[in-house]
Amino acid sequence: MDRFQQFTDQWLPIIGKAVVETFQMVGVSLLFSILIGVPLGILVVLTRPGQSLHNKWVYGGLNLIINIIRSVPFIILLFFILPFTKFIVGTTIGVQGVIVPLVIYTAPYISRLIETALLEVDNGVLEAYKAMGIKTRQIIWNVMLREARPSLILGLTIATVGLIGATAMAGLVGAGGLGDLAYRFGHLRYEVDVMYATVLILIILVQTIQTIGNRLAARLKKD
Amino acid sequence: MIVLENISKTFSGKKGDIEAVRNANIEVKTGEIHGVIGYSGAGKSTLIRCVNLLENPTSGRVIIGGEDLTSLSEQNLREKRKKIGMIFQGFNLLKTATVYDNIAIPLRLIGIQKKEVGDRVKKYLEIVGLADKVNAYPSQLSGGQKQRVAIARALAQEPELLLSDEATSALDPETTDSILELLLKINKELGITILLITHEMNVIQKICDYVYVMEQGSIIEQGTAIELFSNPQYPTTKKFLNTIAQRKLSSSLIQQLKLSGNVLRLTFLGESTGQPLLALVSQKFNVKPNILTANIIELKNGIVGNISIHLLGEKQDIAAALSYLEEHGVNVEELEG
Repeated sequence: MDRFQQFTDQWLPIIGKAVVETFQMVGVSLLFSILIGVPLGILVVLTRPGQSLHNKWVYGGLNLIINIIRSVPFIILLFFILPFTKFIVGTTIGVQGVIVPLVIYTAPYISRLIETALLEVDNGVLEAYKAMGIKTRQIIWNVMLREARPSLILGLTIATVGLIGATAMAGLVGAGGLGDLAYRFGHLRYEVDVMYATVLILIILVQTIQTIGNRLAARLKKD
Repeated sequence: MIVLENISKTFSGKKGDIEAVRNANIEVKTGEIHGVIGYSGAGKSTLIRCVNLLENPTSGRVIIGGEDLTSLSEQNLREKRKKIGMIFQGFNLLKTATVYDNIAIPLRLIGIQKKEVGDRVKKYLEIVGLADKVNAYPSQLSGGQKQRVAIARALAQEPELLLSDEATSALDPETTDSILELLLKINKELGITILLITHEMNVIQKICDYVYVMEQGSIIEQGTAIELFSNPQYPTTKKFLNTIAQRKLSSSLIQQLKLSGNVLRLTFLGESTGQPLLALVSQKFNVKPNILTANIIELKNGIVGNISIHLLGEKQDIAAALSYLEEHGVNVEELEG
C-alpha cells in the first residue's frame, strides 16, 4: 500500500498532466481533421466517375494528394512540414506545434474512411431519390450521410484510436502526452511502473472509445 | 400520357460502343398499363430509365403530358419527376429509417407541409395494406412488404404515372401475384398510368393492356396482350409464351403423328372459347380430333385458349372441318416438325 501511495504521490500529477495533454491533442486535432476530412471524403465520392458531380480532374487530384500524404510516416511528416507548421500556428513545439502535423496526418485518413463508408450506401436508393425529383444536395444529407451513419461512426472511431497512437510521437517536439511519458520515463529511464501505468491508461482509453463507437453504430444500424 | 419517340441509348465503353436501346417507340395512353418484356440484357431496363431521364437517351424524345423532358432545365425536370413514381426490383428503401420515415422523408424533401405528410403516409400505407407496420424497419419486413412500402412511397407523391423496373422479379410467385393485384388496384382506383418492364410472362398476362417484346435493344413485336398471346410472330415471343403455357411439341412427335393425320394448333379467342367447337366438328364432319395439349390463358382483357390436336380423316373432310373452325373465329395453324 505504501508503495502505491508513494507512486501516486510522485507520479499522479505528471500522469495527470500527460492525460490532459493527450486529450487536448486528440480533441483539437480530431475536430480539425473531421472538419477537413469529412467534406473531402464526400467530395471524393461525389466526383467519382458515374456520381452526381463526376469530374475526373478533381477526383484524380484529390486521390493523388491523399495518397501522397498517407504514404509519409507520421514521424517523418512531423519534421517534414515544420516550416508549414510554423507558418500556420507560429510555433513548432508543444501541443500547439503538433496539432498541425496531426491534422495533416489524420484528415486524409478520415476522408478515406468516409469514402469507404459512403460507397457502401446502395446506389439504388440514391437513384430512387433522384427519380423522385429531389435535389442532389438534399440526397447527400438525407440519404447518403444518413444511411452511412453506422459506418461513419465506426470509421471515426478507428481514426480516433489511430490519432491517439500518433500523439505518442508528439513527444519529439515537446508536446508531451501519455505516449511521451511512457517513452521518456518508462523506456529511457526504465521506470517500469510509469510505463505500465501509462499503457494501462491508454488501454482503458482505447477500449472506452471503441466501445462507445461500437454501441453508437449498432444503435444506428437497423439491418 | 407517355410518348417515347425514336429513343436510342448508346453506352461507350472500353470495348467499343454498346447500343442498349435502338429506335424504341412507345405510346402509353392515360389509365393504361403497358409492359415491356425481354430477357436480361435486352435493354428494357435502360429503356424505362430513359422515361424519367435517370438515363439520358442518346437520341429521341421523351414526351410526358405533352412536355419533352429532354429539353427541360434541371429544375423543371425535378418538378416533372415529382409526378412520376418509380418502383424497383431492389425496393431501394432507407435501411436506417422506419416505414413511416421512408415515406415521409421524400415528401418533406419535396416541400410538402408537415400535417399533409402525416395524412398522406397514413392514407397510402392503408392503400398498400401496411398500416400496422408504420414503425417497423425494412429489415423486419418481407420482400413483398418492402415492395408495398416502396409502392406507398411512390404513390404518396401522388404521381400521374408509375414506372416499374422489374418490381416483382425478386419476389416469390404468390407475393408477385399480390403485388400485381395491388398495381391493378391503384391503376383502377387512382387512375395511375403504369409502364413496367419484366422478364416474367405472367406479369404481362395478369395486368398489361399492351405489350412490347424487346430483344437486343429493339422492340421486335408489339400489340395488345390478346393479340400477342393468340398470335405471336417472333421466336422470342413464342418462347416467352411457352414459359406460362405448354404449347410446344417435340419435332419427332409431330413428324410421327403427321404420318397418320394433320397436326394443328387451334387458338380460341373471346366468344369461341365458350363453344364446344371441337365436339361439333367431329359430329358434323367425318373427322376425329385427338387432343395433344390444351391450355387456357386468362388475360386482363380476355381469354385465349390453345389446343394442339392430331386430326384424323379424309382430306376433303379435314379441309371442310378446318374452314368451319375458322369461320367460327378459331385461328388454325399447321405445326411443322
